[in-house]
Amino acid sequence: MGFAVGIVCILVGLVVSWPAVAVGAALTLVFGFLWIRDVTRGYATLPQAEPDGDAPVEPAPPIPAHKGPPAMPETPPAEAARYPRSKFLEGATLGLGAAIGVVVTVPAVGFAVVPAFVDQGEPDIDLGPIENFPQGQWVITHYQLRPEQGDVTRRVAYIRYNGTADNEPSFTILSNRCAHLGCPVQPGGLVQSDKTKDQKASGDQDITLTPVLGLSSFTCPCHGGSYDSEGNRTAGPPVRALDRWTYSIKNGHLVLVENYSVSHVEGTGATATIHKYDLAGPGQHLDGPEQIFYPWQPPH
Amino acid sequence: MANNKKTARRAQLEQAIVYPVDWIEERSGLIGGLRYFLFRKVPGDTNWFHTLGSATLTAFLVQLVTGVILAMYYKPDPDKAYESIRHITDDITLGWLVRGMHRWGASVFIILMFFHMARVFLFGAYKYPRELNWIIGVLLLALGMFEGFTGYLLPWDQTSYWATVVAVNINGSAPFLGPFIAQFLQGGAAINDETLSRFYAIHMLLLPGAIFALIGLHLYLVIRLGVTSPPWSKDAAGSGPRTPPTPPPARDGLVRPGPRGNGRVETESPTETTTSGDGRGH
Repeated sequence: MGFAVGIVCILVGLVVSWPAVAVGAALTLVFGFLWIRDVTRGYATLPQAEPDGDAPVEPAPPIPAHKGPPAMPETPPAEAARYPRSKFLEGATLGLGAAIGVVVTVPAVGFAVVPAFVDQGEPDIDLGPIENFPQGQWVITHYQLRPEQGDVTRRVAYIRYNGTADNEPSFTILSNRCAHLGCPVQPGGLVQSDKTKDQKASGDQDITLTPVLGLSSFTCPCHGGSYDSEGNRTAGPPVRALDRWTYSIKNGHLVLVENYSVSHVEGTGATATIHKYDLAGPGQHLDGPEQIFYPWQPPH
Repeated sequence: MANNKKTARRAQLEQAIVYPVDWIEERSGLIGGLRYFLFRKVPGDTNWFHTLGSATLTAFLVQLVTGVILAMYYKPDPDKAYESIRHITDDITLGWLVRGMHRWGASVFIILMFFHMARVFLFGAYKYPRELNWIIGVLLLALGMFEGFTGYLLPWDQTSYWATVVAVNINGSAPFLGPFIAQFLQGGAAINDETLSRFYAIHMLLLPGAIFALIGLHLYLVIRLGVTSPPWSKDAAGSGPRTPPTPPPARDGLVRPGPRGNGRVETESPTETTTSGDGRGH
């Protein structure tokens, strides 16, 4: 049991941190040793059968050399039965087999499971000059999260420039991932597809910007979740508001930095108060009593 | 004269057929095992409902064969998967048929599993001593549904992509471990370029192997424990004095001929004869 905990701890440690690996290795060693001792106890205790009588035997008188047992006594039968070769071979076969099994299984299972949990990081995404985003106008922005992986990482952000606040440009950047089960929410407004602008920002990144007129809401096509223009849930099954991005301005370019989750937003635009949390999967509560069901997030 | 010649030739022909069968039987006992499997005793009042399990097995075998053929043409790559499916359906000779069999056969497999399950439940065939086989059946059902889940992504069109997004996120909203399950399924924080090949490997290697092994166990228990009568049977359990089930002499005809024999005659030493009353020794 403790052995299994140790192995699990090693695997988790590979994901989380090296100290955890060390703890796991120590646990595995200790419990592995205990386990082996436990398993082999049967062999060890066998010879200690029947300690002779109770009273200490008086030293016998010396025996003349020509009488009595031979000087080199034959191995008593109990001693011979102590560790027969067959037992040793059986134990060795099982032990070596188990060792080989562990050596083969642990890396294979680790290879299958661990890569999914390694922190994959988020590359910064350069979306081009901030002049592309007129004040108060929603823009559907298509980009690739990882251009080297191709269209499978194509993502959509809804971006609105709120003007400057404290002399800093302010943006509202909403993810299109529905907070119910992850379908793509659609903008409730006039999508001006004919005004789509291709923006070659950097590297292989293909970015398109499509303005939307009069956007008042976002709606999910899958199960009808609805959000207002700040991403707050207004109807349907979503459990929280739409996810957002942090951003920075570099050389006059808008850059997406980090994806985070939002329980709800008070106020609008540049003056809004955003209740911010670490990125969580769709359908996972961030506040309210249900949040106790989602205490841990794997590294993204 | 001619008749004699004919029977002689016939005997020769029979010999030619029987000889390889005998050869295999003598070295493996497999023919005897097959005979035992096919001609074992079942209750007299079994009916068509008892064939649902075999129907499910047949559906699985169809999935197995068509799936192997589809795997020869399918490319589990995000840039090529959809195109290779289109190629199978539109260009390759009879590709539409094999893909159709696999696609619709998947539903048939699941539906038959539920029918089979309903039969076992309504006939009370899950009761002692067959509980373990019910449990194995439930595992098979779960694995079968997981096959459906992983197979649905492979066409890599809008429907399959978003259906998988939703299904993965349903798993993700399970308490405590949900986020980890979702991330494991996707092989990352979201569906990425490795998710498709991951699902493909699970769909065509991991799960079929597991299902195959469990079906073997399932069948073994069916043969060992026998088939139940319908509840309305006159021989239904409880109508007479209860006798514990005796394990059938499974080794008859394999190691040495049992009462049924396999057409082979062997002399047994007297001591053996006395100890092999139930065909298994002691």
